Order: sequence, then structure tokens, then C-alpha cells
Amino acid sequence: MSVADAVALVRNVSPRSLRVWERNRDVYFVTWKTNLFPPLAEPILYLMAFGAGVGALVKQVQYRGEMVGYTAFIAPGLLATQVMFQAFFETTYNTFVRMHYQRTFDAIITTPLSLEDVMAGELLWGATKGAIGTALMMLAISAFGLLHYPHALLIVPFSLLGGLFFAGLGLCFTGLVPQIDSFNFPTFLFTRWAQNLANALPLTHVANVIRELGFGRVPRDLVWDLLYLLVLALPLNVFGIHLMKRRLVK
Amino acid sequence: MPPVIEAHGLTKRYGSLTAVDAVDFTIDAGECYGFLGPNGAGKTSTVKMIHCSSPITAGDLRVFDLDVREQPRSIKQRIGVCQQEDTLDPDFSVRKNLTVFGRYFGIPARQAGERSRELLEFIGLWERRDARIRELSGGLKRRLAIARALVNEPDLLILDEPTTGLDPQSRHQVWDRVRTLRRQGKTILLTTHYMDEAQTLCDRLVIMDHGRILVEGPPADLVRTRVGREVVEVWGFPPALVAHVREQGWSFEADTHRLWIYTDSGEDVFEAIARRFPSEGCTVRMAGLEDLFLKLTGRELRE
Ligand SMILES: Nc1ncnc2c1ncn2[C@@H]1O[C@H](COP(=O)(O)OP(=O)(O)O)[C@@H](O)[C@H]1O
Ligand SMILES: [Mg+2]
Repeated sequence: MSVADAVALVRNVSPRSLRVWERNRDVYFVTWKTNLFPPLAEPILYLMAFGAGVGALVKQVQYRGEMVGYTAFIAPGLLATQVMFQAFFETTYNTFVRMHYQRTFDAIITTPLSLEDVMAGELLWGATKGAIGTALMMLAISAFGLLHYPHALLIVPFSLLGGLFFAGLGLCFTGLVPQIDSFNFPTFLFTRWAQNLANALPLTHVANVIRELGFGRVPRDLVWDLLYLLVLALPLNVFGIHLMKRRLVK
Repeated sequence: MPPVIEAHGLTKRYGSLTAVDAVDFTIDAGECYGFLGPNGAGKTSTVKMIHCSSPITAGDLRVFDLDVREQPRSIKQRIGVCQQEDTLDPDFSVRKNLTVFGRYFGIPARQAGERSRELLEFIGLWERRDARIRELSGGLKRRLAIARALVNEPDLLILDEPTTGLDPQSRHQVWDRVRTLRRQGKTILLTTHYMDEAQTLCDRLVIMDHGRILVEGPPADLVRTRVGREVVEVWGFPPALVAHVREQGWSFEADTHRLWIYTDSGEDVFEAIARRFPSEGCTVRMAGLEDLFLKLTGRELRE
């Protein structure tokens, strides 16, 4: 993909992509009961397990030179993982279903939307799923008194950005995998470069920002963290659209 | 008024396979235009280029006097497409399928709601507006897909094999709706591999095979000029008959069991052969598109 390709592709994205976001939102509301439960239940299970299990042994952890409660340390990690899984799952598994089994995109591109619009809508929705999952999980975690407001509220918009990164990563895979089974046993997650990309770099960044916000502080390097994620997320998103276009336009 | 669709040397290649091979055609406003051809003829490939879902490989294609390469959005705003395979949204109800689709065209919610009601009444699905897609039969799904293609009040309606896989009743239901739309003056592009469908619905058609257009014109004219008025069909005949037909210089087609003689005076031919060459059966009937199809494409298609 050349720079010219990327520019052409970005220019084909219009505000109409929001129509795809709306479509996915409407489906989410149709099936809301099944969507709500996991992000609420998951942290309760984890925190209770960790709190009663490991937490009974390890009461405090050292973090940036201070001692913090073990569950308070774990909770932001759960949130960061939630951002990752929600967004990644959306643009891999769910996007694949819409693309291949439901032929949703085939139908939409006969309307004034471009394929780029459709993919941008999917990415935005993936990021939104990250934020929704995070917000729900925050409700549960707040019940344990582990988040400090109002700073913690910033976690929600921040998870949109984190979500955008993982949505972009997911879309790249969807553009490449031969069939949906590939997501069941994602060997691509074991390749070193993908691991580096998905885990080591952005996830720790996401977790660190969320942790600071959750503790009720503005992260010291917030601007840099945001820039860093943005710089990673945008090209990844464009590349994801490119791969999907290559896959779908025949 | 410029034509609705104008194609010159329109070509589609997938790698080394040429699916559409430099075809020319023009579709005028208000006509129902057919692409008749067997599976793999290149009908869907042609249609996809028209609704800008598939880039053209070579040639020129203008829809509403706009270039498909330059103004796909403006073109698509004015087209309604009913695709060959089911692309209805299984996550939504019948009615929601239409309103969500209206949103893609920028139709305000209220207007989309009213329009959906009209369309669901038109296809007889208003009573089932809250049903889920998977509860619908194949015929109802197809009718809903047609309704969805009308949600933006398109100037051109594209129906890609609208009755393939439907039972006879459902086919007639679909034909009924297409006829109504045609009477209302809608420009319709229809693909099919059913002769009767093409004959009954199309004002003009092309017969397509292997990516090429073999003939073009109104179905009745095509049959009359290329086949003749009548066909004498004989089956279980003695070999001598074929020799006789050749001798007479009659236009004919034959496979191992059947022989078709194309003529303007079926009765005379019938008289001439029925008694001299005893066979299992012999009839005279009006020539139809099927005869033209067979004549143009030969036996290969009969497999
Ligand atoms: N996406 C594609 N990639 C490769 N070959 C294709 C593709 N779509 C269609 N073809 C081939 O192009 C030819 C024409 O197909 P199509 O336009 O679907 O014909 P029809 O609609 O008349 O059945 C067929 O040989 C088909 O296999
Ligand atoms: Mg087809």
C-alpha cells in the first residue's frame, strides 16, 4: 500500500460511516440482554477470586514507588483487557460474520456508502464496544470502591482511543484470515510481532493510563500516551481498511 | 433524454478469467431490460459494475449519464438493488430492515417509516412487519428484498435473478410486483436464466453467454426473426428424418432424442414428415425464447 493509496482511501471515508455505526448500535440494543452481562460479571468474579485468593497473601503491591492495594492494582488491568477484547472481538469475529455469513456489507455498498465508509463504521463501532464494555465494568469495579471519581470518568473516552487501536488490529486480521475458524485458535496472536504489538506496547500503555485515572490522578505523560496510541492506531486503522478492501473488492 | 445506462466495450476480468467481454448495450428510461443467460454467463458481474460495487476492468460505463468510476455515490443514491443472494439483515425485524436501509440513503426517520409502510403493503408483508427474517419463507424474503430496493424511490431498479430458487407461486407473486412497477414506468434491469421470465417481463433483452452478448432486442422480434414463427418438435424419430431435413434445407437443431425444426409454416412441415417418418411423437407449437436460446448456444447448454 502506497501513501497515495492511503490518501485515496481516507478520502473515501465520509460522515456516512456513522450510518454503519448506527446499524451496529441498533443491533446491540436488540440483543442488549446478552451484551450487558459479561462485562458486569467478569470483574466481580476476578476481584472476588483475586481478592480472596492472591489478595489474602499479597495485600499490597509496590507501584511507582508507593504501596497500593492488590485489587486496586489489578482492576485497571481488567479494564484495559476489556477494552482490548471487546474491540478486537468486534472487528474480528463479528465483522467476519457480517461480511461473510450475513453479507451485510454487500448490501450496504449498493447504497451511497463506500466500502471505506462501511469499514470506518465498523472500526468506530469496535472502539465504541471497547468503551461500552469498559463503562459497564467500571460500574462493577466501583462497587468495590476501587475507582476514584471524577478522574475515573476520563477512562471512558480514553478507552475509545484504546479501542480504536485494537479494532484496527482486529480488522487487519479479518482482512487476512482465510476463514472464521482462524479466530478460534488465533495462531497469529502467538507470532512474536503480533504479541509485541498487542500486548507489550499498547496494552501496558492503556493499562497505565487507566490505572492513573482510576487512582484519581492525571497521568504524568498523558499527552504522550495519547499521541503514542493515536500514532499507532491511525495507520493500523487505515491498513485494516485497505486489507478489507483488497479482500472484498473483486 | 440520455439513456439510463450506456455501456461501451464494458469488460470485467478476474485475474485471467474474462467474465464480461467487451459488451455494448443501452438501456432507456421506462423499459424493463433483461439479461438472459446461463449460470456463469457474466450477468452478475455486469450488474455489479453498474451498481458500482465492482470496478470495471476496461471500457466505458455511464449510469444516469455519470461515469461509474467518478461518481459512484451519486449513481448509487438513485439505484435500488436486489441482489442474487440473500443480504437481508437477520438481526432486524422486517420493518426495521427497511428503515435502516433508508438511513443509508439519508432518508429522515419519519419519512423512512412511512415509506416502509407503503412498501410493506405493496408486497403484502405489512401484517408481518415485526417478524424476524428467519421466520420468512424464501418467497417472502425475496419480496422483502425487492421492497428494500425501492426504499429510496430509485430511478433504476436492478433485480439479479429475482425468482431463482422460488416455488411457482412465489415466482408469480414476484412477477406480479415487477409488472406493477413496470406499468408505473420504473426503469428495471433484470437478470434471469428463466426463458419464460424473460419473455413475460422484458421489453428488450440480451442473451448473454461466456461474457458476450449474442443477440439484443424485444423478445418477440428476436424469436420471429431468428427462429421463425413455429417449431416442429419430434422425438423418437428414425435417422432418415435428419437426412431429409438437411435435404430440404430447413433450419433445425437436434440432440440424441429430439429434433426441432424452425419454420414459418409449421403445419406444412408437420404434414410433410409426420406420416413419412413415424416417430414417438411430433407437435407443432409457437416458437419461444427457449428455441432461440437453444439455437444460439447449441447443445452445450443442455447439459
Ligand atoms: N469474485 C470472483 N472472482 C473470480 N471469478 C469470478 C468472481 N465472480 C464471478 N466470477 C466468475 O465470472 C464468471 C461470470 O460469473 P457471474 O457474473 O456471476 O455470472 P452469472 O451471474 O451470469 O451466473 C463465472 O465464470 C464466475 O465463476
Ligand atoms: Mg449471477
